[in-house]
Formats: sequence, C-alpha cells, structure tokens
Amino acid sequence: MQRRTFVKGVATAAAGAILSDIAVAAEPTAKHDGRSVLRGKEFHLTIDYTPVNFTGSQAVATTINGQIPGPTLVWQEGDTVTMHVTNKLKHSSSIHWHGIILPAPMDGVPGISYPSIAPGETFTYRFKVRQHGTYWYHSHSAFQEQTGMYGPIVILPKRKEPFRYDRDYVVMLSDWSDEKPEAIYRKLKRQSDYYNFNQRTVGDFMDEVKEKGLLEAWNARKMWNQMRMSDRDLSDVTAYTYTYLMNGHPPASQFKALFKKAEKIRMRFINGAAMTIFDLRIPGLKMTVVAADGNHVKPVTVDEIRIGVAETYDVIVEPAEERAYAIFAQSIERSGYALGSLTPSKTLLATAPAMDKPQPLTMIDMGMDMASMGKQESGGMKCGGSMKMNKKPKPYRWSMLENRHYPITPLPMKHGISWVMHAPNPKYRLDDPGVGLRNNGRRVLTYADLKNRYSTAGHPKPDREIILHLTGNMERYIWSINGIKYADAAPLEFRYGERLRITFINDTMMNHPMHLHGMWSDLETGDENRLVRKHTVIVQPGSKISYRVTVDAKGAWAYHCHLLYHMGGMFRKVVVV
Amino acid sequence: MKLKKILYALCIATSFTPGLFAAGGDDPLRTMLLMDKFELYGNEEHTRRWEGSFYIGYDLDKLYLYSDGEATSEGIQNAQNELVYSRAIAPFWDLQAGLVYDKTDTHSRSWGEVAVAGLAPYWFETRAALLFNSKGNVGLRLDAEYEMLFTQRLILTPSLEADLYTKDDPVMQLGSGLSSIEAGLRLRYEIRREFAPYIGVNWEKTFGKTRAYAPVDEVNAVVGVRFWF
Repeated sequence: MQRRTFVKGVATAAAGAILSDIAVAAEPTAKHDGRSVLRGKEFHLTIDYTPVNFTGSQAVATTINGQIPGPTLVWQEGDTVTMHVTNKLKHSSSIHWHGIILPAPMDGVPGISYPSIAPGETFTYRFKVRQHGTYWYHSHSAFQEQTGMYGPIVILPKRKEPFRYDRDYVVMLSDWSDEKPEAIYRKLKRQSDYYNFNQRTVGDFMDEVKEKGLLEAWNARKMWNQMRMSDRDLSDVTAYTYTYLMNGHPPASQFKALFKKAEKIRMRFINGAAMTIFDLRIPGLKMTVVAADGNHVKPVTVDEIRIGVAETYDVIVEPAEERAYAIFAQSIERSGYALGSLTPSKTLLATAPAMDKPQPLTMIDMGMDMASMGKQESGGMKCGGSMKMNKKPKPYRWSMLENRHYPITPLPMKHGISWVMHAPNPKYRLDDPGVGLRNNGRRVLTYADLKNRYSTAGHPKPDREIILHLTGNMERYIWSINGIKYADAAPLEFRYGERLRITFINDTMMNHPMHLHGMWSDLETGDENRLVRKHTVIVQPGSKISYRVTVDAKGAWAYHCHLLYHMGGMFRKVVVV
Repeated sequence: MKLKKILYALCIATSFTPGLFAAGGDDPLRTMLLMDKFELYGNEEHTRRWEGSFYIGYDLDKLYLYSDGEATSEGIQNAQNELVYSRAIAPFWDLQAGLVYDKTDTHSRSWGEVAVAGLAPYWFETRAALLFNSKGNVGLRLDAEYEMLFTQRLILTPSLEADLYTKDDPVMQLGSGLSSIEAGLRLRYEIRREFAPYIGVNWEKTFGKTRAYAPVDEVNAVVGVRFWF
C-alpha cells in the first residue's frame, strides 16, 4: 500500500496534465482533516467508529480509515486492484464501488452481491479496472452512508485525456446529521414534512389573492389541495438537521483549493450525500464540463450544475483574478449549502453568495399537459406566482424520443396506496434545468447539453423496452417502483446480451436519482450518435426519461433510487439471465 | 396477518436496531404517541382535557389506542377510549375496527366500532366512527381538523366534532339524534415539531335529549401543549 497522507494544496503542475496530482487540501487544526490519498494496486480499508464534531457537538461517525470522506483511492485503468476491507463495527457492513464495471460478486451489495462483511471480518475485493474517470465508493448497508461511509475514486486513464489542466481537485459533497439516520427515517415515517420549514402559509395564499384575485388564486391551489400534494415538497431532509460538507468541511471551516493565476483547474465534483441534491456554481467563473459520471462528454461551458445524489461531474475552470472564489453548492430546497474556496492563498477565503429563493413545484412537475393548459387557464399554470410561463409554450423538442418504438415487456404494476399520483402527461424534459433553477439568469447545465465525446453510432439498437414508474405516497412516506415496493417485488429480468431501453416515468413530486449497478446507462439526450454514458440519472418530477443498457454483466445487481431514505422501497433486484 | 406480528412485537417491547434494510426493509416497526390536546379550561372547575392517540405498527397495519376525555378535581368526568386495528385501504385512508370504552364519573359503556380515518381533499384530517352496543344503540362520531400555517411554526387549528346516536341512553347521558357538537380553535407554536404550547377557545354544546340529561353550552378559553414522540 502506498500511502500519501495529507497532501497540502497541490503538488507538481506537471507538464502532462495526466501527471497532475490529485490534491486534497487540508487544514491541520480541524479534527476531521488529514484525509489521505491512497494509490497503487492494493488497498487496506478499515471501517470503524470515529468521534467527529461537525456541528459543535460531538457525534460518532462510521468511517473508512477514520476519515470523512474516506481516503481518495487512485487507481490506474487496466490494473487489477485489490481492496482488503475490514469491518470493525458491531454491525455488518459493506462497500460498493459506485459506477464501476466489475463482476457481480465484487459489487458490494448485501443480499445481492454477497452476504455482507460481518463484524470483525475482512473481505477482499479484486477486479480489473476497465474504465477511467471520477467515481466514488460507499457503504450499501443500512444507513451507514449517512454516518460517513463514502469516499472518492479517481481512475487515471491509459490514454491521454483530450483536455489539459494544471491542477486536479476532488470535491466531494455530502450531508451530515448529528441525529441517528434511523431516527430521521422514523420521523419521516411519522410526519413526512417534519424537516420542511418552507411550507405554504396563509400569507403566501393572501399574496396570491392580491396578485390574481381570490377565484384564480383558489383555482391555482385547487388541484394541489384535492390531490393532497404540496408544491413545497422539494426535499425530505433539510438543513434543519443537516450540515452540508465539502470534502468533510462544514461551511464554517471551508475546504480550500489553491490555484495560481492563469492555471487551469480540474475539479471532480462528487455528490456523496445521503439525501441532498446540490446546485453547484463558482460565482465569477464559467465551468467547462468535460466528464459526467466518469465519462468524457463534449465540453460544455456553464454557470451552474445540478448534481444529483451519486452523480459526478468533472469541470475545468480558469480563475482569471487573484482572488478567492466561492465553491458554492446550495441544497435543492435552499435550506443550506456546502462551501469551499478556490483561492490563491490559504488565508484568503471566499464568502458565500446569498442563497436563491426556493421555487415551488409547478404544474409541469406534476406532469400536466402544458400545451392544452395554456389554452384553458393561463393563470393556473403560474401556480405559486413565481413560475413565469410564456403564454405560448415552446414547441416540444423531444418528439423523436417519443416516436421510438420497441417491443415493450409489460411489468407488474399496482395502483393504490404506494402509487398516489399519476403524471397525466409526462414529457421528456431534458432541457429543463428543473425546479429552483428555471429562469434564474444563469446558464444551467441540463441533460440536453450532455453529448458523448465519442460516437455511439456503432451501438446496437434496443431489442426491447421496459417502463418503470417511480411511485410513492409522500403522506405515508412509502416509495416504490410501479407501485410495488422492493419487499413485495419480483426481480427484474434482463437478458444477457440484449440491448434494453428503459424509460422512467416519475409519478411523484420529487427528483429521483436512479442508479443501475453493473452496467452503463446510455442516456438519450437528443443525439442518437452521442448517447451519454452515465451510472446515475435524475428523473425529474412528472417527467419521462429513457436510456439504453447493454446487458453485458451476468449475475444479480441492484437498481434503485439513490436517495437513502427512498432506497428501501424504490429498489429492484435485477437478474441477468 | 400483520396484526399478529404487531402484537408479538408489542409483547417483546419495542427496541429499534440499526441495520433496517437487513432486518426488514423499508418498513420498520414504529410507535407514535400524539397528545393533540392536553389542556386546561378557563372555567370554574378548571377542567382538564386530553385527546390523544398512540399507535404501534407498520406502513399499512397499525394498532391504535385513542383516548379523549375530561377530568376535574373530582376525577374523570367522561372519557372515550378506543382500541382499534387499523389497515390502510386507500392512499390516504385507513379502515379501523375495534372496541370503544366510554366512561362517565359513575357509569361505563362498551361499544363495537368500525371507523374510517384519513386525510380528506383540501387537507382535512378526518375520522368517522360508527359505534354499536348491546343495547341496540348505534352512534356516529365525527372528527375533522385543519391546519393553517401563519408561519412555519405558528399554526392555527380549527377543529370540529359531532356525535349522533339512534337511541337514548340516560345512564350515559346520551340522547338520540344529534347529541353534541364541539368546535375549537387552537393556536400553537412549534418550538420543536414534537412540542408545541398553545392557546385557544373551545365551544361545546349538547342538543336534544342529551341537552335534557346534561345541558352544556359553554365557551372556554384553553391553554395547553401538543406533543408527540
């Protein structure tokens, strides 16, 4: 094991970008600092309890090698890597290598890949690394991910990458709570809006009455009230209990990434949160996205990125001024943020910009037919007053995705308690930045911007299609797929060698980052020849999205929503036969 | 049935272990005690009033205990206690069946009960219970409550209760037809979600034969605390 603890700032800005160092800034005084970068082919990881203090009060975390996040693992594409994972917890544990293509028994999902790592045991993972880019690893047992078990993976490529940079930083976002995750989950089960302190008030309604009159204000609320749905239901768990971390730093102590003027900085953003979707930007800098979920994309320059739980984005930024820039990641419901500084000096820190006002969900997020609604009630679709719509909706850009027809394999469905809402007219919304980011004056990355850097023209066409409805009951806090939760569901059968098209329809009011283990999700973003390769795909509320999977991995795999407290129900076992 | 499981769990006490997914997936056994009203009336008797519920169970199956009553320094004046098995039958609705035990300061009466409880459109928390006893009396007890948020923590709750019966029951001081109506308005401040002191007014009136047995028509200021855990 080669161990490089404590790389301060950055090492050499070597001639070739691929030699550039993986740097983790660290501040010796803070307790949770001192994260290490491990390189090589053989790694020793120990899962244990570690006292931490992120909030001013002492708590106990479950950690990997005593750090939050766990050590950055640097692998080399083409190597066979070995990880000896020792579990020193009182409970069984596991580590899953998120987004890594590997044999099923190495995937680290208890009950599907293997039994789990029992207390006191060491499990050895060994597999060949057949990809490169930015990934991460985390526990797949109980709620251990929430209590600190996650870390970055950087896989260095065999071949030189098609972009240059001088420095290379991993920026891992996460959410921490001093509450036990089991307690959070029980609270959600008993009162699902427990953590939501941005609910509609009488004042909000009065404002709407003033704006558009009683009748129209009442009508705008009508459907929500009849359906017993809240347009403020953006995130189940908020800053009421969460402290948002950037590389293990709460906003107060800030993660610091150093730069010299005119350098190109690569930042590998990883969302390792349990429940938090982040909207990420570096005010004053454009970000050029070069990779999504580890895979190269055609470079696209944006101001802001929504990063779903478990997604990764690699960006390149070029700070032009000798000043500290805020690396600012606000939670989707705007209750808090993670903060770091991209700075020329460790003593020079950025201040956080003001958070955006939260936007309520709209009829679009309910999957309403906006075209026909436009004709009927122009006021109804404003729905909350802050969502300004053009009188004439834009023409629908995604008919070509609707018009692709493959034989559909019907799946069991159960309407009722675990399937409350039905999006009446779900549409592909690839160019929709999503609730909270619409019309904010910034250039926001959407999935429509993501194009594979390399041609996918040679990929086989889908043999068949399955449709998965993301379903739930927010009031009872039950989550399911096709109305059937994991405990009651038969495994999904994929056929070895087939090319499968999977279409999601989100029949809930929440964004669900869906993650398929073991196989790539080749996302349809508009260009048949540039399908973008991902491992985790956000399905926006009331929307539809499709990707293709080449079923080239035998065995049993997990397939689930990566929001930790949705996962228990919104989960399927996939069996490749 | 899950009822068996719940009862069993009830017997072996309710300790929660981490490792939910290994232990039983997304639906851990849980309990909740909610004391919705726990208050003092501003009347001469300083009436103490409570209305609460306790459940143990899962997403779809629960065992509920409801209790609603009034006490003065002379002891319990009247109380309605219910033990029901509750089963989710629709996205927002539970069907419940069980036993009711009514008590006055001197007498008591047992009923069988079937009820529907849930969240009605427009966010009304409602419950309708149909009661029947060995005397051939049939009762209908209706409850509705609504929450208006002035701020994220300052919440006004109008509530309405109505009781109806098919027969007179002088012993229990219940008359046939519309027996009583109670309407309340309570303004609470959630210091935490689980703990909210409140002030309010409560109006109670008896009708028909009930009025003859027990003439009530009073408005009381109330002060209390709503809590759950």
